[in-house]
Amino acid sequence: MKVDQLSIFLENRAGRLAEVTRLLSEAGVNIRALSLADTSDFGILRLIVSDFETAKATLKENGFTVGRTSVVAVEITDKPGGLHAILSMLQEEGINVEYMYAFVTQSGDRAVLIFRFDRTDQGIELLQKNGINVISGDKLYTL
Amino acid sequence: MIFDVKNETLPREDMERLQLRRLQALCERVYVNVPFYKKKFDEKGLKPTDIRTLEDVRLLPFTDKQDLRNHYPFGMFAVSRDQIVRIHSSSGTTGKATVVGYTKRDLETWGQLMARSFVAAGATPKDMIHNAYGYGLFTGGLGAHFGGETLGAAVVPVSGGATRRQVMLLKDFESDVICCTPSYALFLAESAAEMGIDIRKLPLRIGIFGAEPWTEEMRRDIEAKLGIKAIDIYGLSEVMGPGVAIECEDAQDGLHIQEDHFLAETIDPDSGEVLAPGQEGELVFTTLTKEGIPLLRYRTRDLTTLNTTPCRCGRTTTRMRRVTGRSDDMLIIRGVNVFPSQIESILIETEGLTPHYQLIIERHGNMDTLEVQVEVNESMFSDEIKNLQRVESKVTKNIKEFLGVTAKVKLVEPKTIARSEGKAKRIIDKRNEG
Repeated sequence: MKVDQLSIFLENRAGRLAEVTRLLSEAGVNIRALSLADTSDFGILRLIVSDFETAKATLKENGFTVGRTSVVAVEITDKPGGLHAILSMLQEEGINVEYMYAFVTQSGDRAVLIFRFDRTDQGIELLQKNGINVISGDKLYTL
Repeated sequence: MIFDVKNETLPREDMERLQLRRLQALCERVYVNVPFYKKKFDEKGLKPTDIRTLEDVRLLPFTDKQDLRNHYPFGMFAVSRDQIVRIHSSSGTTGKATVVGYTKRDLETWGQLMARSFVAAGATPKDMIHNAYGYGLFTGGLGAHFGGETLGAAVVPVSGGATRRQVMLLKDFESDVICCTPSYALFLAESAAEMGIDIRKLPLRIGIFGAEPWTEEMRRDIEAKLGIKAIDIYGLSEVMGPGVAIECEDAQDGLHIQEDHFLAETIDPDSGEVLAPGQEGELVFTTLTKEGIPLLRYRTRDLTTLNTTPCRCGRTTTRMRRVTGRSDDMLIIRGVNVFPSQIESILIETEGLTPHYQLIIERHGNMDTLEVQVEVNESMFSDEIKNLQRVESKVTKNIKEFLGVTAKVKLVEPKTIARSEGKAKRIIDKRNEG
């Protein structure tokens, strides 16, 4: 139930992000979700894309340093307390969230949360045990 | 004033006679005591007795930094370990450092030569000397310290760092002389201004600056901003330390080489041919009197010209022009010698890094800054910021620890470091621009 996330190293200067989106657009790759973590000098762009292998190969060919990370995608009802319930569960089990990001589905009533746990397998197990809808990569890419 | 009138004003023939006698004795000593030199002599079919004139120094083999590294740590010493009373070393990663040893007499000589240097700069036994050269393995601190004491002055062993406290001590102790790097002198002036102290109004009257290259413009800047006379000093640990050559306050026109102890030549760095006075070349020293680690024709890699014309201060010694460049890729950053190859080995030893790097040296205000740009690659790349920052700080820490210089480490995208004809441009030194 893990989802492949593409990470890209970017120097913190004008035009680098646009270069990534241009290459993906030309390769016909759709971006499902993204987050950008930055420092004063560099950033790490994290993407969930419609076609991981094509995206990775395209960026690599063009000189970007890319990585693959297993993240966990969770679908919840978009209402107050939804995220808090999940974070409380994780806290009780001592599972640390390295980072996360979220987006709302097109229908507007569901939210998708992308988690990077320090212990991915235990995280998935815990969420599923508690009836949380952990969704697969295939489903996520076609949402 | 001249500290050692006899030896600093010898007529040329007397100086050359003294140098020849010492050179002959030196050749005998190293042939017997240093296997490295015995091998070199034997390979050339040369005997110590073949040195009959001063010109014959040209028959002798060169020595360079690599020879010292190859014999790390004590392989080039010419005396037994119990005769060594002090060790100094240049910075470097393991096996790359050059180590020098001094006998009791070597330290006495060094003290004498530094005392000569202080007097040439205009200092007197009544002065208070604020010594801001780093104390430790680096020769600057202890070299200037012992010279000040030999002169009979009072030495304040401040060492480097804690700049505001240094300003306070300069003011409270009313020091007359300061020893530090030229860039640090300007930094001190700025710090004093920030503290509301006009450093020009302090009793300080002489600055003795060395350990990094500087220009005539910088001298004028320092003299104006600190209200002192700025004197250039030259030295290197392999030859002795500070005090190998010193400017006189009278002329401030070239550095007087302590020729009774160091035989100087300038050579073409490529062919090794000896050049005539006035021609720019690489400075080469033979340590005529050193006991601990005497060196024949040590290649300093510093570029200069020699001037044998008489000086109005009365000294008869040959002068070397201020060093303006190097015949190798050594960088001097805030007084610390840094070879790009040292940075490269630190990067290689850091997990996952490849040696695709570039060094950018800039001067901000009066302080030199070193930025090390390293290309990220897949094996060390992570989706988490903290992992990448951990690599950056590890490299920063290792550079500080092994080389003694603070660097800013910056990760960059692959292929961003300019490659010309397949060969990367490793060094961008912006200090002498504009």
